[in-house]
Amino acid sequence: MSEKTVKYFLIFVGALFLFTMLILPLTLVAFEAFAKGYDAYIAAISEPFSQKALYLTIEATIIAVVLNTAFGLASAWLLTKYDFSGKTVLGSLIDLPFAISPVVAGLFFIMLFGRLSPFYPILSEYEIAVVFAVPGIILATIFVTFPFITRELVPIMETQGRAEEEAAATMGASGFTIFRKVTLPNIKWGLLYGIILCAARAMGEFGAVSVVSGHIRGKTNTLPLHIEILYNEYNFTASFAVASILVFLAIIILVLRNAVEWRAERSGKYGL
Amino acid sequence: MRKVIPGFPFTLGLTMFYLSIILLLPLAAFVFFAGGMGWEKFVAKATEWRIVHGYIISFACALSAALINSVFGLILAWTLVRYDFPGKRVMDGLIDLPFALPTAVAGIALTTLYTENGWLGQFFYAIGVPTAFSAVGITIALIFVGIPFVTRSVQPVLKDLDRQTEEAAMLLGASKWLTFQKIIFPELVSPLLTGFALAFARGIGEYGSVVFIAGNKPFETEIAPLLIMTELEQFDYQAAAAVAIVMLSISFISLLAINGYQRYRIGRRGV
Repeated sequence: MSEKTVKYFLIFVGALFLFTMLILPLTLVAFEAFAKGYDAYIAAISEPFSQKALYLTIEATIIAVVLNTAFGLASAWLLTKYDFSGKTVLGSLIDLPFAISPVVAGLFFIMLFGRLSPFYPILSEYEIAVVFAVPGIILATIFVTFPFITRELVPIMETQGRAEEEAAATMGASGFTIFRKVTLPNIKWGLLYGIILCAARAMGEFGAVSVVSGHIRGKTNTLPLHIEILYNEYNFTASFAVASILVFLAIIILVLRNAVEWRAERSGKYGL
Repeated sequence: MRKVIPGFPFTLGLTMFYLSIILLLPLAAFVFFAGGMGWEKFVAKATEWRIVHGYIISFACALSAALINSVFGLILAWTLVRYDFPGKRVMDGLIDLPFALPTAVAGIALTTLYTENGWLGQFFYAIGVPTAFSAVGITIALIFVGIPFVTRSVQPVLKDLDRQTEEAAMLLGASKWLTFQKIIFPELVSPLLTGFALAFARGIGEYGSVVFIAGNKPFETEIAPLLIMTELEQFDYQAAAAVAIVMLSISFISLLAINGYQRYRIGRRGV
């Protein structure tokens, strides 16, 4: 086999694999969503339960991303700018959600706040519902997505070193000023990249949210859960119509992700 | 030792506070609760045949999917780093789709694609391979969610590989294939293993993309995470915890084993 044959063969195999595994499923979603025409599509996505689910998904995603960004910045700064004992343990703890099934993560919150929890009598006295309610959904979403930003920032901040920050500190700059003027400009693309990954996972989280949500329509249903309900009712067209909203969001995320990577490569500040 | 950069107490406090609420407290509640069930109940539940069958299905399908992804991931990383061709950028960008696309959407799309009358399913059923509602279907869903892991681990290493050794080997008369086998591949084993481990760990715990295509037939296509859901729906929290403990142990042991092997390799090669 000549070198050219090998090249085209490998490109063909790779392209065929991506076509069957990625392009075909996307095409199918669009095809099935419009299977009963444009009017049925609009009706399915503007139906009140779909709208409520969309709002809840957006709400949970925004809260999770904002809190996780604050945590990601603080923890990455802590792990790269200081030496202290227990650092490795802390790093592994932050990675833990990657090794835990989302369903098990949901189970953790059921144990902590659910019917059998020691906190349950106190919570119910003040009529605070965590499990089978919106706070539980938000907590579960945060749990599965919190390592993303830290993971993205730590290697970048590690290669950047501490010299610039130390110089600024010796000249008397406060911690916050150092962060804003010295660190942030160096990590902005990596941070944005981490935020995008975090948002993508947050809006699509299914297993963890499914456990804690209780599937109450119009109240605790996120878009992915709503898709499941519609699908299990054999309401395929509506289910794929709602799915197409998420496909649309996923494509935006992919384009953003590639744009960020492209800009980062150009400015040379990605640090990878 | 004095810390030069200010902000240590603040970032430490914030990080620990957040981790306590989001991770440590729920984990402690789980351990406390699971401990309350006692050894005998745990063993009885964790070794029930239906549950054991669930672990086996989850383990076997995640393993096959991660292996298949290792092969295709290596091919994709290689083509994207070493070759130039039209559409390369699009192909590169597309690989991350499984990270961006919600698993429930992937689940319903793959199921419809691979049922008996589906666009792809019809071909498989014609040759006698039932792709939907079978272990094959579960593996297909797990391949989907695992696609980016191997490619994205191998790609940067391949990109930064020093071409000199390769050129030297070729100048000494080694064939392309021999050069790949002896010079390039050994460098890629480590990222390949990392990607494999990540894909495998994700596959063991994956729920959203699998529930639709699995069909969830008891003793046939029930995966371990689904069994946790089933126990929860019957409000048998202790049984759910028992299954969860075994699943957590499987993922931790697999990750530890792969990390240990990586260290052993690095130690032996002296890199």
